[in-house]
Amino acid sequence: DNVCSGELKFHYTVHTSLDVVEEKISGVGKALADQRELYLGLLYPTEDYKVYGYVTNSKVKFVIVVDSSNTSLRDNEIRSMFRKLHNSFTDVMCNPFYNPGDPIQSKAFDSIVSTMMVQAC
Amino acid sequence: MAAAQAGLPVRLESVAGELPLPVFVGITNELEMRYPNHPSTNESQPHILGSLTGSAPHPPADRPVLRHPDTSMDKQEAWSPPRSPGISPPCSPSAYRSYPYGAQRNGTDTLLAYDGKVPGRPSVPQENSSPSHYSLKLQSEQPVITRGASVERLVERAEIDYSDEPWRITEEQREYYTNQFRSLQPDLNALIMGTVAKNFFTKSKLPIPELSHIWELSDVDKDGALTFPEFCTAFHLIVARKNGYPLPETLPATLRPGFVEPGVVTVPPSEATEPLIVFDDNMMPGANQLEMGSVDLQMTSRPGVTAKQDRREESRKPAEFSPKRIPDPHEKPIQRVSTLKPDSPQELDANMKSRTRPRSYSSTSMDDAMKKVEEPPTPPPRPQKTHSRASSLDLNKLFQQSGQGSRPSQHSLSAKSGWLPPPPALPPRPPATQIFSFLPSSEKSSQKAVQQPNFADFSKFREEDSTLRHQGHAPQKPVRRKLHPESQSATPPSATPYSAATLTKSTQRPPPKQKREIQMAIRKNRETNAVLTRLNSELQQQLKVVHRERVTLESQLELLRPVAST
Repeated sequence: DNVCSGELKFHYTVHTSLDVVEEKISGVGKALADQRELYLGLLYPTEDYKVYGYVTNSKVKFVIVVDSSNTSLRDNEIRSMFRKLHNSFTDVMCNPFYNPGDPIQSKAFDSIVSTMMVQAC
Repeated sequence: MAAAQAGLPVRLESVAGELPLPVFVGITNELEMRYPNHPSTNESQPHILGSLTGSAPHPPADRPVLRHPDTSMDKQEAWSPPRSPGISPPCSPSAYRSYPYGAQRNGTDTLLAYDGKVPGRPSVPQENSSPSHYSLKLQSEQPVITRGASVERLVERAEIDYSDEPWRITEEQREYYTNQFRSLQPDLNALIMGTVAKNFFTKSKLPIPELSHIWELSDVDKDGALTFPEFCTAFHLIVARKNGYPLPETLPATLRPGFVEPGVVTVPPSEATEPLIVFDDNMMPGANQLEMGSVDLQMTSRPGVTAKQDRREESRKPAEFSPKRIPDPHEKPIQRVSTLKPDSPQELDANMKSRTRPRSYSSTSMDDAMKKVEEPPTPPPRPQKTHSRASSLDLNKLFQQSGQGSRPSQHSLSAKSGWLPPPPALPPRPPATQIFSFLPSSEKSSQKAVQQPNFADFSKFREEDSTLRHQGHAPQKPVRRKLHPESQSATPPSATPYSAATLTKSTQRPPPKQKREIQMAIRKNRETNAVLTRLNSELQQQLKVVHRERVTLESQLELLRPVAST
């Protein structure tokens, strides 16, 4: 039950953070679109956790939720995490059997994500 | 479903209902033994009790995703109850019963569950029967395929020498893969695009997640396209999967693009099958471990008994199949398939597939068998589908090559026969040959396999290649290999020198050689003609289809016009 409610909480958090992401990327005009950075930084902090955002040029959004008590995580580390995520996601996309929009079932992707999460802890 | 369920009682009664073909017996048994474990504990629980009641496929939800074999091994009983909550009591007895067949069954479960879902459980029981039966008998009986599924010729052909090393591509398989590659992309050094490969591999009727996983394993450079070695790897994995082998988590060493088949390189082509067989036999212990090692990725430690069983079976298999290998090259690969193989691997595959995937790809083993029927006929149609894209390449290349007298991608190197490598073309070759070490080995193996004139048409080509090679004719290597960066640079420069060299060389050669060359050239041209006529007919068919479509579209348009106007 705890896990389920926890998951739900995270789902909710990520969902609400999407609004913030939209806000950030819509703020930049067309002329500045190219200059817009992919890494969005801290979207919004709450009591328990911090939410970081990253959006790709194809409007695919990555959201990382980190425990607030984990103060050792630096911005650089978050950036590198997003970069790894982006790369693994690209590899998943390269697979012709993957339909964009499907839940990702790639083992390589999962292993990279798990490793990353373990490292961050 | 019914058939699968029938498989359970068969297993229980140790009746040789559907035995896997001898080829896989040794290896597949252990694999299948693992597979049945899961279904046996879960869905087959009700069956195990001896009742042939048709049970609906176990709800996928019942089967937790066990990605770590470690846990499953230890809790054979533990996980079965969670899997089938409604059948907890029977779980343990069945678990015990299946236990003697190898604790790796748990591993099998994890193997199957690596996708997280278990769709068609009933299919698994069928496998249970065959592997268990086989393991009991420990013989390479000639199983009778009772399922009567249609033979999947394509897959079978490539499976024939699967017995000892499932992750090692034999020369026959490689030749077959080469042909298939050519059907999609005439240039062996070029890439097959992702969509093309997707359509091609989808025809194998494997579930998409498995195909996706296979792609992940084989697309080493992650470019969304397959080079020739990557294609061979992918095809090999598909064939393995269809024969019931679980997909490995990582790419086995033998399937890596840079893999060099030990022993093959050094064998002179003239010895053909003999050394290969000997080598394979010798490699058995190593191969066993290699295969086991790769398969074990997903499994926890195997019990020593089953491992030994496997080795024994595998050692038996090479012995059985070594004589088979010798005659095999003498026959056409297609003819070689014994009746044994045809159905069981398909059905096993169906079972495997249905078991591991929640998708409806394999609802019943019969359906799968029926679906698999489609694959055998596909080889001819396959070029059809790709012809729209590759046909232009084909023709262009053909004309180019016939004009230049050389055909880099086509096997019929008419003008190349008897050529000595022109000096200017030499420099690109050495780097090309060095880079992909396995290429020479596979080439030589193909040479060996092709020594017999009765072999596929391409044997003539290969013979010429081998003779050319003996003369130190290296240029073909870049042509036939996946060295697509090299070959692309090597073949264009080599192509023109060839045409120039042909003229000079031919005049210098003594008449008998010219005759031979002419004959070879004639043969090549005939092959080209055959290919072109086939191409032509396929294009005609495509044209008809397109015409039909156009007509229907036009009629639809006309129907819509009055509607729109009103």
